Amino acid sequence: MGVETEFGVHYSHPGSRPLTPEEVARYLFRPVVEWGRSSNVFVSNGSRLYLDVGSHPEYATAECSTLDELVAVDKAGERVMQELIDEATGHMRADGFTGTIYLYKNNADSAGNSYGSHENYLLNRRTEFRRLSEALIPFLITRQLVSGAGKAIGVRTGVSDGGLHGSGGTEGPMSGPPEPHFAFSQRADHVMEGISSATTRSRPIINTRDEPHADAAEYRRLHVIVGDSNMSETTQLVRFGATDLLLRMIEAGTPLGDHQLANPIRAIRQVSHDLTGTAQLELRNGGHRSALQLQRHYLAQATAFVREHGPHHDRVPAVLDLWERTLEAVESGDYSRIDTEIDWAIKHRFLSRYAAKNSLDWDAPRIAQLDLSYHDITPQRGLFSLLQSRGAAARFLDDAAIEDAVEHPPPSTRATLRGRFIRAARDARQTYSVDWTHLKLNDRPLQAISIKDPFQTESDRLDALIEHLRHTTGGESDSSSVHPV
Amino acid sequence: MSQQYGSSFEREDDSANGPDADPTPAPTGAAGQTSTADLDSLLDEIDSVLETNAEEFVKGFVQKGGQ
Repeated sequence: MGVETEFGVHYSHPGSRPLTPEEVARYLFRPVVEWGRSSNVFVSNGSRLYLDVGSHPEYATAECSTLDELVAVDKAGERVMQELIDEATGHMRADGFTGTIYLYKNNADSAGNSYGSHENYLLNRRTEFRRLSEALIPFLITRQLVSGAGKAIGVRTGVSDGGLHGSGGTEGPMSGPPEPHFAFSQRADHVMEGISSATTRSRPIINTRDEPHADAAEYRRLHVIVGDSNMSETTQLVRFGATDLLLRMIEAGTPLGDHQLANPIRAIRQVSHDLTGTAQLELRNGGHRSALQLQRHYLAQATAFVREHGPHHDRVPAVLDLWERTLEAVESGDYSRIDTEIDWAIKHRFLSRYAAKNSLDWDAPRIAQLDLSYHDITPQRGLFSLLQSRGAAARFLDDAAIEDAVEHPPPSTRATLRGRFIRAARDARQTYSVDWTHLKLNDRPLQAISIKDPFQTESDRLDALIEHLRHTTGGESDSSSVHPV
Repeated sequence: MSQQYGSSFEREDDSANGPDADPTPAPTGAAGQTSTADLDSLLDEIDSVLETNAEEFVKGFVQKGGQ
């Protein structure tokens, strides 16, 4: 598994010339370019750091095989980005730009542009992709009840609403602004189709890009781009954990029932904007189900699957427990048993109390600002960080685990080999090239190492290459250079 | 870096002591898991870490679309 996060870039300096996200991104990536001679690098924890479409700083986690690894490596990405902010702020001050850089781990700006949180799951090639996606899409559309990051919906965003508020056309404009309200998802309003190869023109739920970065005869890649970026560790646990369970059931051939939706894009918006979870979604076979009914169904199936086959990792009970409590909370409207664990509920709790205290509605600019602040990755001011530091957001990892994940790759995948290679090459001051499957010293191309198996954690060839590097240099290692900043 | 994060949090916690000393009554129906006083104090303090002109601030956050 892995997750790619695009961050929103915001430079604020009231009363001064605004800087574009491109200009700020250039400052942010200056140390990365100096470090890796490129704005697209792999860092020492095996993850990838780069500037993506639209000048979004992006962080793609190293391959992970456990939920603990995945959440730790993902949260480590926020720290890597914070280091870039600190460095860039210094450079900008020196150039006379004394404003503030904000990086948001969210999915929408104030003008209706969206950027993503993309999950990658490695699947067995034997599973037929059409069957898999048909079974998975209704789950992904309703998963936002559990994994949505929450959003205060105030003013019209200019994004098509898939006919939810208008008279029906999927691309038609809204007939009028909806009442201000709170929605489950950041991303739902920006998703345009079920499955396709597109990413920016017309964002699908599942992208068909199938680069498994592994033996393509055995594996394929599932690229899910419908998710919200999560701040909460516990929300991530249930998001990735429940999706992993669904995929295991599909791979095992467990029948999940035919719940294909007549109009997936209309449905995803219906679900996002209905906090009761009861909006009736039209099925292709003529029936109707609510998001709650569908999620209840998947939870029951997953619970039965685990009962039959046993938990495949020790977080399974926690995943099922939080999944169940979240559905109960949506059903009852009482969020108190999840409002430290599920992003939308954590955010809803604080924003609704702030709004009540200050007599504000969901469309108040201050509420929109707080919504952004929830995703602000800077610990001393970001709302999520402040809530977490006061116990209003739960976690299952600790700071030490995340600090460790900044420096060290997850130990259970080939990322551990990539991390060792990068460290050794940098210590020896050798130029090198790395991608997901290859490790190469530029002046020793014949000794390039190809690692097709994502679960490989040992390599005699790498051991030999590293031994060779030690002997050729033999000098002091420059440990400060294993990291861009 | 870790020291910087640590000291940042401590600074925040120090500044929280003021309002905490004067606890507001717990509203009924508030969740049990979190110290209500802590959350109440954050409701008061959060304004100090937000830029003042909310509308301008929010409108100033415009990206090119990503993926």
